[in-house]
Amino acid sequence: MATAASHADDHAHEMPHGWRRYMYSTNHKDIGMLYLWFALMAGIVGGLLSVAMRLELQEPGIQYFNGLAQILQGASPETAVDVGKHLYNVFITAHGLIMIFFMVMPALIGGFGNWFIPIMIGAPDMAFPRMNNISFWLLPVSFTLLILSMFVEGPPGANGVGGGWTIYPPLSTSGQPGPAMDFAILGLHLAGASSILGAINFITTILNMRAPGMTMHRMPLFAWAVLVTAFLLVLSLPVLAGAITMLLTDRNFGTTFFAPAGGGDPILFQHLFWFFGHPEVYILILPAFGIISHIVSTFSKKPVFGYLGMAYAMVAIGVVGFVVWAHHMYNSGLSLATQQFFVAATMVIAVPTGVKIFSWIATMWGGSIEFKAPMVWAVGFIFLFTVGGVTGVVLANAGVDRTLHGTYYVIAHFHYVLSLGAVFAIFAGWYYWFPKMTGYVIPNWIGVTHFWISFVGANILFFPQHFLGLAGMPRRYVDYPDSYAYWNKISSYGSYIFAFGVVFFLAGVVYAYRRKELAGNNPWGEGATTLEWTLTSPPPFHQFETLPRITGANH
Amino acid sequence: MMVEKGSPQQMSPRTARQRRNDRLVAGLVVGVVSAMLGLTFASAELYDLFCRATGYNGTTRVAGAAPKTVSDRTVKVRFDANVAPGLPWRFEAEHAEIELKLGETAEVYYTIRNVSGRDTAGIASYNVQPEIAGSFFNKIQCFCFTEQTLKAGESRQEPVVFFVDPAMLADVDAQRVRTITLSYTFNPVKAPVKPLAAVGTGVKLE
Repeated sequence: MATAASHADDHAHEMPHGWRRYMYSTNHKDIGMLYLWFALMAGIVGGLLSVAMRLELQEPGIQYFNGLAQILQGASPETAVDVGKHLYNVFITAHGLIMIFFMVMPALIGGFGNWFIPIMIGAPDMAFPRMNNISFWLLPVSFTLLILSMFVEGPPGANGVGGGWTIYPPLSTSGQPGPAMDFAILGLHLAGASSILGAINFITTILNMRAPGMTMHRMPLFAWAVLVTAFLLVLSLPVLAGAITMLLTDRNFGTTFFAPAGGGDPILFQHLFWFFGHPEVYILILPAFGIISHIVSTFSKKPVFGYLGMAYAMVAIGVVGFVVWAHHMYNSGLSLATQQFFVAATMVIAVPTGVKIFSWIATMWGGSIEFKAPMVWAVGFIFLFTVGGVTGVVLANAGVDRTLHGTYYVIAHFHYVLSLGAVFAIFAGWYYWFPKMTGYVIPNWIGVTHFWISFVGANILFFPQHFLGLAGMPRRYVDYPDSYAYWNKISSYGSYIFAFGVVFFLAGVVYAYRRKELAGNNPWGEGATTLEWTLTSPPPFHQFETLPRITGANH
Repeated sequence: MMVEKGSPQQMSPRTARQRRNDRLVAGLVVGVVSAMLGLTFASAELYDLFCRATGYNGTTRVAGAAPKTVSDRTVKVRFDANVAPGLPWRFEAEHAEIELKLGETAEVYYTIRNVSGRDTAGIASYNVQPEIAGSFFNKIQCFCFTEQTLKAGESRQEPVVFFVDPAMLADVDAQRVRTITLSYTFNPVKAPVKPLAAVGTGVKLE
């Protein structure tokens, strides 16, 4: 804790170089950069897993995973098909966990949050810079544990965890006796600890370190978004930590929290998991809401419409998000009255979400709109997130969910809000802040071309999954009847297009770094009003050694 | 954002008071985290209490005496008997199903038989389907309340005395229930404690 003070005192000191700069970093910008590169790497791993899944699902039958089982798990030719089926489930599990815990959260909260929260509120750094360091470095360890779990025994005779990201018992207890599940649980513990430490840091920073005159109601919306997210994290992640600890003791120490033979109940795990799991999806999307607000306002050259409504809509989403968890469990035998409550509560969330969508549109209304790359991504986000939101309202109905539960309709729904929502917001934020973070211009055509490849690819990938789900295709299977073949093939093509978009993106980033065209302090002009645009690009190693004084907010 | 350059008084090193505030906020948040963690572990016990109190998950009730009123409406009660792996018992219901009036007290018998050559003990877990009927299904006496020990080869008949509360007719959800299935599963007790992951399902992929 003394580090920040001593850094600021010691103006003459050298910036650390080489691996020490990052390994021992207490600088929020360097740690933010680490988070972003880590998220990019994890995103590529998780993306490759999903491409493998789509490759397998392109045709009915099992084409690839039996071979993969022989290569990756050393299965004999006789067992290759059975081990391959399990391996497919290992892939879906790892894809889900990696994308949630190691891609979206590190990018939005750890990456952009670390980079821009201190700057936006006029603070020199985070409140606990050394804790910030441990928050990041827990993640690679956690990720390693999860990857290791794919290479040790899960169920007898096969490797890895195949229980889905929800890891329901009894499949995650007696169903997979090998150590793979224990590795995954410990990995989740560390990822959870990392996020909780990060959340403590953000809450303290935002509450205590705002520059003079930066009142809560003058604070940029991204700071509001991360503040609400941090509260959701500290309230929900301990529940996951507790639940998976109980899984661990059920598995290894003879307790029976979730085993009926000893008086436990597996349904209790579902309640605990979703008490965490539902706020978790808002944790993934709220920071995205904050980023989109800034981009829409910047490129419409107008203050964001209904600032207070936007801020408190996020608070409302966070609060109501804690009382809707059982809409994931309509099929678990809830009474009619319980279902009625959860249907109503779930639908209520559409109201603050609608406030946000309409406010973004109203921000654009009458604005002098420039369709630069970040704006294109942001508008794409608004459209796709709304599509996902609409299918969410459909699924909120217990009666409808009775048939759609566990089908590809649900897959399509949450990929529209997360894969197309959160991920589009990450790319929007990347193109928006790349000049600020690196000092270099990333050519506009790269961002726009990347957008169109991704937009077309993602829609071809996920829209047909609505049809598959409505036709009754269940998720988490490696194979399907021939009648589902057509739309599965189309969906797989979309996946390849999206993946090509990612390759294009990486090439674009390399190109921008090599081109070294300097961006200047504010490449976006008069619409970009938050504090980061008053600094140089990239900002100095320590900013605001003299704190700025905020005299008003034009939002 | 309307910004002025700050005056030099606001140099960034944080004062001792500010650091104290930082630690206070962080401490409060750690308190919240600990409280949520504690609640999670308490949830197993709370959930059990909740099930008993509300009949959630088809948890049946325990009654001291038969009800005073008997309704004309009848309900079918079916009897299901299972033995969990690891307990060498046979377990059967006397009747597959009976029909009784709401409020009427019935006594049925289950037979348990130890088919192994050693003494074994078991305890039954139970619930009813549909789950909504749980809070109206009252047991006055049941072998499932206590642990049962059978000597090698011993066979025994054990009673269940129960009634279905006529209040079920007043419940919007439960009044349509015509058939209730009472299900028991005998689980071994005092078996050497084997964690679930060590027991497994016995299904091998190889």
